[in-house]
Amino acid sequence: MAILVDRDTRLVVSGITGREGTFHSLRNRDYGTNVVAGVTPGKGGQDVDGIPVFNTFHDAVEKTGANTAMVFVPPRFAADSILEAEDAGIALIITITEGIPAHDELRVYNHLKRGSSRLVGPNCPGILSPGKANVGIIPAQFFKEGNVGLVSRSGTLTYQIGNELAQRGFGNSSIVGIGGDPVPGSSFIDMLELFEADTETELIVMCGEIGGSAEEEAADYIAESVSKPVLAYIAGFTAPPGKTMGHAGAIVSGSKGTAAAKAEALEAKGVRVGRNPTQVSEIAVEILGTRV
Amino acid sequence: MDLLEYQGKQLFQKHGVPVPDGRPATSVPEAVEAAEELGYPVVIKAQVQIGGRGKAGGIKLAKDRAEAEENATAILGMDIRGFTVHELYVEKASEIDEEYYAAIVFDRAAKKPMAMLSKMGGMDVEEVAETDPEAMRMLHVDPLLGLQDFQGRRLAFESGIAEDVIRPVGAMLAKLYDVFVREDATLVEVNPLLITKSREVVALDAKVTVDDNALFRHPDVAEMRDLSAEDPQERMAKERGLTYVKLDGNVGILGNGAGLVMSTLDVVAQAGGSPANFLDAGGGSKAEAITSAVEVILSDEKVKAVLFNIFGGITRCDEVARGLIEAFEQIKPDVPFVVRLDGTNDKEGRALLAEANLPNVHTESTMLGAAEKVVELAA
Repeated sequence: MAILVDRDTRLVVSGITGREGTFHSLRNRDYGTNVVAGVTPGKGGQDVDGIPVFNTFHDAVEKTGANTAMVFVPPRFAADSILEAEDAGIALIITITEGIPAHDELRVYNHLKRGSSRLVGPNCPGILSPGKANVGIIPAQFFKEGNVGLVSRSGTLTYQIGNELAQRGFGNSSIVGIGGDPVPGSSFIDMLELFEADTETELIVMCGEIGGSAEEEAADYIAESVSKPVLAYIAGFTAPPGKTMGHAGAIVSGSKGTAAAKAEALEAKGVRVGRNPTQVSEIAVEILGTRV
Repeated sequence: MDLLEYQGKQLFQKHGVPVPDGRPATSVPEAVEAAEELGYPVVIKAQVQIGGRGKAGGIKLAKDRAEAEENATAILGMDIRGFTVHELYVEKASEIDEEYYAAIVFDRAAKKPMAMLSKMGGMDVEEVAETDPEAMRMLHVDPLLGLQDFQGRRLAFESGIAEDVIRPVGAMLAKLYDVFVREDATLVEVNPLLITKSREVVALDAKVTVDDNALFRHPDVAEMRDLSAEDPQERMAKERGLTYVKLDGNVGILGNGAGLVMSTLDVVAQAGGSPANFLDAGGGSKAEAITSAVEVILSDEKVKAVLFNIFGGITRCDEVARGLIEAFEQIKPDVPFVVRLDGTNDKEGRALLAEANLPNVHTESTMLGAAEKVVELAA
């Protein structure tokens, strides 16, 4: 098993005709993901290396049975594209786009919450279920199937930690980037719930960073509702207050959202927190035993 | 992006929020001319992006031309908690009867805007929140509906403000919410929200933060960016499209991806070093971007050694190596570099570096090893 994306995924890509959109859609297909359609208004009837392009999500869903969307359009068009995918009945919308205005994200988040579609991202690397499907920009070559579920607010840091785990013999059930924006469509808690229910996952690694309170909320949730071991890493101990550290959501506001406070909140609930990526993999060995 | 008080008030005026009449000024003669036009008494206010201006002597009353000149001279150029005053705001003095507090903030945890009102204005709100939490009333707004009249009324009634101003304060909250939404703000704060002797409701201060990601739809606000107040390295990086934050240590840092760079800073600190900057060269970094980034890092004279921490996913390590080799040809740095290349095309990247045999460049294969090495070299 895995979570969210697997062999049943039928992917439609919004922005497939753009340079990056084409590159990553084809990479995802090469990995084995079933990429069934693309959407670019005005380019309906064309194809991208055999993948049919439609003018609307509604068309794409009707003609191909797409059930998962990847949004790859520029920030000013992204909210509209997510809302269109939702309106067309897509159950899972994975948004890679970075730089979407916060107010657009607020409206989209609050609208989607009233329906049944799930948004992952924006500003995220996507979701990889090794051996099954890759939706997004995660470099799949570093990861193999296994029993560690990984959820993260960051891209490259996930690869770093995933790679440290891989070097110690661990593979992954799924790797989910929830994104570095202030209004993520899915939270750590949403993913913890899915990994808890996933039979393949035996250890959950969550990789947080400064800003907001998602890690603190996750700590409470873990104590109450997660029976599997959870291991955490938090980036940004040295970040000064008031400065946005690359990700729009990575900012310490006054004394709120610091890495120290997050690590403390997690440890207070019995979640072990690695102080660097290498230590995370060492703790994983302690929890699951040696795999090499 | 944080706006200066007078810039925030320009947005307030655009959306019908009442503010006292005022003029910005960048020199003493300009300030005096503004005071003469407005008529005395006026208040001369330092325009800096930091609180506590009044206590620091950055806000002064002037009853006549001589005082206007004297106070403008005193405030212009003064240092307020590390911020130099380059601009003044000359404002018609208001007759203060009561001071309240009003704000629309972006509540990340609830993922909704939140409206706030207190009858205890004119002081540090965090202090009010601690000493008298009941005095601060707040409620969430559904971003799909906007702030409703009943919500403004409810806050006004519950906050215990004077009865005669309940209606106008409610209306003020609605207008502040307009500013928040229509200008893509993430913070709109008025402290104090003034009730004048003639019982008018006026925004005496304005603290507005706008969303950088939404500036494309607000070209007028984008122009308000105060380049003179920005750190020179940060400005240089921004012009080159790099994400850079200046810190105060001596280890220059470059990585790809915000999370990995944050983690790199932490690991350098754990190894006993002190990072000079945060620099995210981004995904898919090409050689030119790397050269450009090295220039920005080395323009900080405190930098004694530089760490490249790359985990190549989409970014290819051979591209990064080429960029570094190019940077060495162009800049000829005189500080040591530690380079850790891992991930996509890492072997090719390391081979290129070995072949180029750059002076003072050390390659490491792990993040921890690289951090220890660079700290040793910077010491």
